[in-house]
Amino acid sequence: MGGVNAPAARRQDPDRDPGLQPERTRLAWRRTTLSATASTVLAVKTALHGGASAPGLVACALCCVLWLGFLSIAHRRIRALSATATPAAFEPRRATAAVLCTMALAVCGAALVL
Amino acid sequence: MIEFVRNVRLWFAPAQVRKDGDTPDYRFSLANERTFLAWLRTALALIGGGFAVDQFLPDLRWGWRVGLALALLAAGVLCSLRAVNHWVRCERAMRRGEDLPVSRFPAVLSLVVAIVALAMVVVVLVGWEG
Repeated sequence: MGGVNAPAARRQDPDRDPGLQPERTRLAWRRTTLSATASTVLAVKTALHGGASAPGLVACALCCVLWLGFLSIAHRRIRALSATATPAAFEPRRATAAVLCTMALAVCGAALVL
Repeated sequence: MIEFVRNVRLWFAPAQVRKDGDTPDYRFSLANERTFLAWLRTALALIGGGFAVDQFLPDLRWGWRVGLALALLAAGVLCSLRAVNHWVRCERAMRRGEDLPVSRFPAVLSLVVAIVALAMVVVVLVGWEG
């Protein structure tokens, strides 16, 4: 499909990458956000399982904050990717932040499961 | 181990990565970023699986349920750590024009997932009998 559309795209905009790399990366961020959302929903279900207790609510809030953190990283990167035809490389600090959110969710999960 | 510590320092210091070598074609960086995201999704799926084991297998004995859930959560943590570490290593290798780093991690993760899946089969069979 991309092969069919590529020549037309090149004619329209010489800066446009026929491999659609920024778009693919943008969609990869969307998929990852979706995965994070699914994991967070499961975490919230675990936290509120068997009625709302104080520790459960705290864990629930923490998971939501982590999800929001991940969402903001993804949102910023998606905006950066759509802003220009040749976006700059991803910053290590952001990558570490995204990974820390994921890890904190797992640690939260371990605390909830035990 | 020292190499790992050096990599950890790179996670937090973007300027240090940028000092090394030349900036590669942006498409290579984006491909590297997508690989990172794919590993992060794998990590999130493992973490989600840990929650799912805890929530959707309530008839299991406590030890098995918590053990499996913790194993999946720990695999998720390892996977996300590996994601950022491998991303930094690839980024640096591309800037220096070196070969991309090789890794045993995919094989290890496959084995762990296979073992967990087998354990699930055993647990579900035993759980049904009991």
